[in-house]
Amino acid sequence: MSAEAPNAATPDSGVQPGFMADPTAGGRFGEFGGMYVPETLVPACQELDRAFRSAWADPSFRAELTDLLTHYAGRPSPITRCDNLSQELGCTVLLKREDLNHTGSHKINNVLGQALLAKRMGKTRLVAETGAGQHGVATATAAALFDMECIVYMGTVDIRRQELNVFRMKLLGSEVRAAESGSQTLKDAVNEAMRHWVAAVESTHYCLGSVMGPHPYPWMVREFHRVIGDEALQQCAGLLDGGNPDVVVACVGGGSNAAGIFSGFADTDAELVGVEPAGGAAVGRAVPGIVHGSHSYLMQDEWGQVLEAQSISAGLDYPGIGPEHAHLAATGRARYEPVTDAQVVEAFQLLARTEGIITALESAHALAWIVQAQDELEGKTVLLNLSGRGDKDVAQMMDVLA
Amino acid sequence: MTRALETALRTRRDSGGKCLVPYLTGGLGDVWLETIQAAAVSGADAIEIGIPFSDPVMDGPTIQLANDKALALGVTPQLILDRLRGADIGVPTAVMTYGNIAYRMGYQRFASSLADSGVSGCILPDIPLEEVGPWADAADAAGVETVLLAAPTSPDERLVRIAGRSRGFVYGVGLLGITGVRDQLADSAKVIAKRLKEVTDMPVLVGVGVGTPEQAVEVCEVADGVAVGSAMVQRMLDGGGPEGISVLVGEFRSALDQNF
Repeated sequence: MSAEAPNAATPDSGVQPGFMADPTAGGRFGEFGGMYVPETLVPACQELDRAFRSAWADPSFRAELTDLLTHYAGRPSPITRCDNLSQELGCTVLLKREDLNHTGSHKINNVLGQALLAKRMGKTRLVAETGAGQHGVATATAAALFDMECIVYMGTVDIRRQELNVFRMKLLGSEVRAAESGSQTLKDAVNEAMRHWVAAVESTHYCLGSVMGPHPYPWMVREFHRVIGDEALQQCAGLLDGGNPDVVVACVGGGSNAAGIFSGFADTDAELVGVEPAGGAAVGRAVPGIVHGSHSYLMQDEWGQVLEAQSISAGLDYPGIGPEHAHLAATGRARYEPVTDAQVVEAFQLLARTEGIITALESAHALAWIVQAQDELEGKTVLLNLSGRGDKDVAQMMDVLA
Repeated sequence: MTRALETALRTRRDSGGKCLVPYLTGGLGDVWLETIQAAAVSGADAIEIGIPFSDPVMDGPTIQLANDKALALGVTPQLILDRLRGADIGVPTAVMTYGNIAYRMGYQRFASSLADSGVSGCILPDIPLEEVGPWADAADAAGVETVLLAAPTSPDERLVRIAGRSRGFVYGVGLLGITGVRDQLADSAKVIAKRLKEVTDMPVLVGVGVGTPEQAVEVCEVADGVAVGSAMVQRMLDGGGPEGISVLVGEFRSALDQNF
C-alpha cells in the first residue's frame, strides 16, 4: 500500500548501517515516515533536509552546538543510581537526568540545534507547538537567546492546565496563541503551527518539538537528541564495568526523548521499551495512518478520522507516534507498553518518596512500567530516561491527590 | 479512462470561457446534495466535494468549521459516496479530502468507490508529488483523475513534474497560506497561473484566496479558471441552502462570462 522504501539505508549507500540509521532524502524508516505535507511546504522541507545535512557534517556547527549544550544547557546530564528505589523494586534503576537540563527537560537539546540551524538558514522567526509547555518554553528560551521572534501554539485545554509554562513563555518574550479547534490539545496545536508555517514559510522556521512530522523532522530531532543516548552509553559503560543496561525505558508521546536515548543503544543488546499512556497508545493499537506529515501508527476511527488522546500528562496527549518508533515496533527492535493514569500517579509519588526527585508526569510513565514489570525485571539493570522535572505538574497533582 | 473532468474544463476553455469550480462540503446539512446540484445548474463547470477530515491542515477557519459540523452530524466518506452514487449532478465532480481518508479505506478501494459513485477526480492536498505514486497508480487504474497542487514556493522544475503527473487540471495555490476569503487577490495568484501556463497545456485553475467574483475575474486574466471554496462554504454555513449557492455561483459565472 505505502511506497516501498527506495531510499532505505543500506551499508553500501554511504549511510551508517544498523537500527536508527539515516533515512536519506525520502525520509523512510522501513515503510514509515515520508513527507506528507501540502505542496507549499515541500520545498521548505527539502531545503531543511539539505541545510541539516550540511550543518550536521560541519564541524564548526557541531562545535557551536556542543558549546551551547555544555555552557548554556548544562550537559552532560548525570546518571543517578537509585539505591532506595532499586531496593524497593528488586532491580537496579539508573536515571538519565534530563530533568537537570536548563528549562527542566530534554527539549532544550533539540531547540538549541534547530534555532542554530534556523539562524544558519537566515530565518528570523520560530513557530512551535507545545503540549505540556516544555517544548514551548524551550523554544521561547532559544528564541530569546538568539533574538528571534517566536510564536507558540498551545491547545486551550493545555493552556488551562499548564498556566505556569504559559507565563514562562510570555516572560521569555514569546507570543502564546490558543489552538481552539478539535480536542484543543497537542494535535490541534500541531495543526495550527503547520497552518501558520504554510503562510509564513519564507521567513519562519517551524521548530517542531518531537520526532514526528514530515521528513526531515523525525530524523533531525532524533539526531539533536542523540546526545542523550551517546552520553548514557558511555556513562553506563563506566558504571557497569563496560557493560550495558539490560533494559532502556522511556516514555513516548511523539517519542523524542525515547528516540534520543534509544539511539545510543539501538545497536547494543539492550532491550528497548517505550511507554505510552493507555489513553494515547498509538503503537498499542498499531493502525497505520497519515497525519501531520508522516506515515506512522495513529489512533483513528474506521474511516481515518484522528481520535483524541486522553492522558493525565499533557506532553503525551498525542494520538500518533514518530515514524521511527513505528518502525522499531514493527521490526521488533523496541516494544511499547501502555500504563494507566493511576499507575502514573503512583509512580510520581514513589520517586519523590524514595529518591527525593519530583519527576514530570511524562517521565513517570516510564517508572510506572518498571513498577508494573518488576517481576520480569528482577535482578536486571534498567536505565530510565528521566526526561523532565515535575515542577510544572505540582499544581495539577495537588488537585489529583487532594 | 474518460477524463470527464479534464474534458469539461478543456471544453470551456476552448470555447473562450473561464472555468468555475466551486467547493462544497459533503454531508453539511440535509440538503448538501441538492446544493451541489444547484451549483451545477447555475454555471459550475465541475464541482469539488469536500469529504470532511478531522485534521485539515490546509484549511482555514471556514472549512474547518464546516468539517467539524459535518463530522458532528455523523458523516462518513461512505455515506457521502453512497449519496453521490446514482445522483444526477450534471457536471463532473472531484472529491477533495486528506490522504488518511483514502489510505484508511485502502487506496484501491477508495479509488474504485469514487469511480462507482460517478466521481471523476480526487484532490489530496497533503499527498505531494513525492508521495503520490501509490495513490495515483490506484486512481489511474480506476479511471479517477488525480489533481495535484502547485504552490508559489514550487521551483520551476517541480512545476513541470507536477503538471506532468496531474490529471483533470492543475491546481495553482494562489497564495502562501491556507484556504479562506481574503480582502484582496494576492499578487502570487497571477504569478503561479502564469508560471503554470508556461509549462503545461492542462487547464490551470487557481484556488485558495479567490473569494469574490472580482478576484475571480482578476486571476482569470491569466488563469483558465478558479476554484472557489471558503466563500461557498460560508454561504452553506449561513444556511443559504441550494438557493443561496445558486445565487453565488451565478454571480461568479456572470462575472466571468461578462469579462471573457
